[in-house]
Amino acid sequence: MTASGGMESGQSALWEPHYHHDVIATRTLGFWLYMLSDAMIFAGLFAAYGVLSHTYNAAGGPVLHALVHPWTAYAETLSVFASVLAYGGVMVALKRGSREGVLAGLVAAFLLGALFVGLEVHEFAALFRMGIYPEGSGYLSAFFALVMTHGIHMAFGLLWMATMFFQVAAQGLTDKTVYRLLNLKLFWHFQAILWVLVYTFVDMRGVL
Amino acid sequence: MVNVQGPWSPIFGRLSLGAIPDNPIIAGAFIFSVVLGILVLAYLTYADRWGYLWREWLTTVDHKKIGVMYIIIGLVMLFRGFIDALMMRTQQVLADGAHSPGFLGAAHGYLVPYHFDQIYSAHGTIMILFAATPILVGLMNVVVPLQIGARDMAFPYLNALGLWLTAVGAALIMLSLFLGDFSHAGWVGLTPLTELAYSPGVGTDYWMWAIQISSVGTTLGAANLIATIIKMRAPGMTWGRLPIFTWTALSTNIIALTSFPLLGVALGLLGLDRYFGTHFFTAGMGGNLMLYSDLFWMWGHPEVYFVILPAFGMMSEIIPTFSEKPLFGYVTMVAASFAIAGVSWSVWLHHFFTMGAGPRVNTFFSIATMVVGIPTGVKVFNWAFTIYRGRSRFETPMMWAIGALFMLLVGGLTGMMLAMPPVNYSVHNSVFVVAHFHTMLMVVVYGILGAVTYWFPKVFGFRLNEPLGKRFFWTFTIGTIMVFIPMYTSGFMGMTRRLDYLTNPALFPFEVAEELGIGFYLVSVYYFVRQLYVSLRDRNANRVGADAWGSARTLEWLAPSPVPFYNFAVTPRVHARDELVWRRGQGLDGVAPTHYEDIPMPRNTSVPLVIGAFALGLGFGLVWRIWWLTDASFIAIILTVIARSFVRDTDYVVKAGEVERIEKNLRQRAAEVARAGAAAGGIDVLRPRESSP
Repeated sequence: MTASGGMESGQSALWEPHYHHDVIATRTLGFWLYMLSDAMIFAGLFAAYGVLSHTYNAAGGPVLHALVHPWTAYAETLSVFASVLAYGGVMVALKRGSREGVLAGLVAAFLLGALFVGLEVHEFAALFRMGIYPEGSGYLSAFFALVMTHGIHMAFGLLWMATMFFQVAAQGLTDKTVYRLLNLKLFWHFQAILWVLVYTFVDMRGVL
Repeated sequence: MVNVQGPWSPIFGRLSLGAIPDNPIIAGAFIFSVVLGILVLAYLTYADRWGYLWREWLTTVDHKKIGVMYIIIGLVMLFRGFIDALMMRTQQVLADGAHSPGFLGAAHGYLVPYHFDQIYSAHGTIMILFAATPILVGLMNVVVPLQIGARDMAFPYLNALGLWLTAVGAALIMLSLFLGDFSHAGWVGLTPLTELAYSPGVGTDYWMWAIQISSVGTTLGAANLIATIIKMRAPGMTWGRLPIFTWTALSTNIIALTSFPLLGVALGLLGLDRYFGTHFFTAGMGGNLMLYSDLFWMWGHPEVYFVILPAFGMMSEIIPTFSEKPLFGYVTMVAASFAIAGVSWSVWLHHFFTMGAGPRVNTFFSIATMVVGIPTGVKVFNWAFTIYRGRSRFETPMMWAIGALFMLLVGGLTGMMLAMPPVNYSVHNSVFVVAHFHTMLMVVVYGILGAVTYWFPKVFGFRLNEPLGKRFFWTFTIGTIMVFIPMYTSGFMGMTRRLDYLTNPALFPFEVAEELGIGFYLVSVYYFVRQLYVSLRDRNANRVGADAWGSARTLEWLAPSPVPFYNFAVTPRVHARDELVWRRGQGLDGVAPTHYEDIPMPRNTSVPLVIGAFALGLGFGLVWRIWWLTDASFIAIILTVIARSFVRDTDYVVKAGEVERIEKNLRQRAAEVARAGAAAGGIDVLRPRESSP
């Protein structure tokens, strides 16, 4: 970094030729910052859920234990964790520089993630069939908003994964695809952590 | 999806010819806008400037140009917000007492209550979110990369996207003037008044989506500025040497990044209520309307410090330059900025002490609010000690900075009064509160106007006219005093806020004084426009060198004025907190690099503008419930983002020879400027004014 930082010419110490910033590190920091803002969205939703999850907010309608199915949620937990593990496979393949390994890992992570979203859609469809909608009460509004926001994040993660599959297939492992794969790793782990919170404060609380 | 009152069609949604208001005032504003628009379009066509506009501005990713466009949006909206203020003052001076006359269908004054309500709602929303915020974001955009010796922001493409999303928000607000109406529920959007049952029209939707879309832009911009400050600093720019404005930009963007998502949640949940019939903030069915107030102000109070911290940073740059002395208490200034940013998170409840949260809760928030006074006091004394025994020069930026200091004294002390719940109970919802937060926001406005004057030559290469700037300052200041001192007084006398009709004739003299004050403001707007015009006309006489003020201190003044698109031909190495003073002291401020090198730069792109256009479609469709438009726009945005991610050719290289040629021209021009300046007997912009401390 101080290739020309010597004082021998007096003025070369004033300027720093060939000075470059680490692009991937900057992109990764930027994505951490985005996740901080996303975490604040969930903080707001959890706060709303905390405020609106009292019996009187249900306005006589159903409360948590009628809404959650711990075993389905457990299966969702397993699928999201297995998906994160599969994405770990993407990272291992990336380190080896194996494009095929990355693509295979992306397919596995996508399918397991899709299983999660499918299970959640199935769960909500069952609630709708029973006539339980977000419009029912403040309680239901907060419940659906929190769980669905997480679900929508998962669905966007899947879209991102599909995009990355085609991008890596078409362009290989370039600077741009690599930082995107790294950021997707952060995003996917982050959604898994958020699911742990949702599972703890929504599903498990519903069983107790 | 809830059913709304009135007609709805699949193609036009709620939009119909009846949406065009038939009010003569709005018709006047419409004609004014159309004439202005036609003049601009005609000029662009006549002067054949469309290609220039597209290449140099609309598709640019240059942080300086994006910053300038942010500031232009902010200034236009500032003018719009000012017209709203003028209308409110005029209504209150006319509608005073039972015998006051009525015009244009109003029983008193000339505005019917529903129209008056929209005006104060628009005034607040515009001034905070579409005037102060864009101008500050714009100034940070222009100055921060230069101050830290970077070529551009960390994410230039994201930067342009943030700008165009902000522009969409501003465009939606302007559209609401001519198509439909605006929210009548205050800029804070009081629930359950903003619920569909009480606000069935499109006004609340305009307010909600304008803020929502532009705040996505602000959040992206915040992440960008933080990443820029952390990752893009030049070698030697350690944390201990970071200029104070950059420090305040960092603290303020940490606030923005963490608080704007909460606004998104508050408005998003309100949107679910209004579009899907959920019950987050409804009265009944298990809703909780205090949840909205809490979520809104959990963003709203940090937002207040989001706008004031950069203003503190601007004052901290201007005052040392015109005192020709280093800033007093650099470390305490940084600590105070972050203390203010931190405490900003624990004071939101003071906006509704009277809601009856109980003495313990009120006490906590009361003490937390008073704690803000400590770091702010530190800052005030630091500025005062910087001026003390300095070689003070009262050029226009310094006038604005000192004006801001006085505003901060008045606003801060009345803020301490309001921090006490017993006082707050008696003046809550009075115009005393309105006068307090306007004095605080005047700190921001004075800071902004000072900063625009201060950094203008850096971006454009010539200074603004000094005598007209002084006239602008004094008429503006007289206006401020004449509007807000009577407002404090009438607030203490019990006048509540948001009144379209005043029952107490004793308040009439205060209203007259405030109306006169608004007249001074109007004159000041004239001087501002005239200052811009005269400065532009006489720009060749006012050209400056790299250091436009002859006593500037920080790194941005090392780059040529106007700054070339790559900022610094070779990245500078930083040796001191006030790098320019250090180089001047060593006699090195005129030393240019001997070797040039290839510079990689981001390519222009129209993608942010395209996404902005789709976002406008999305917002407009949501307001008018035109579902095909919202769906199409939403899908188009996602597809555009994906398509852009496949583009590999996003950068290009400026060859070393080209850089050398540009730099040579710039140096030649700077030498001419210096000669012309010396010949005219003006200040010699290249003469060192002090030695290194």
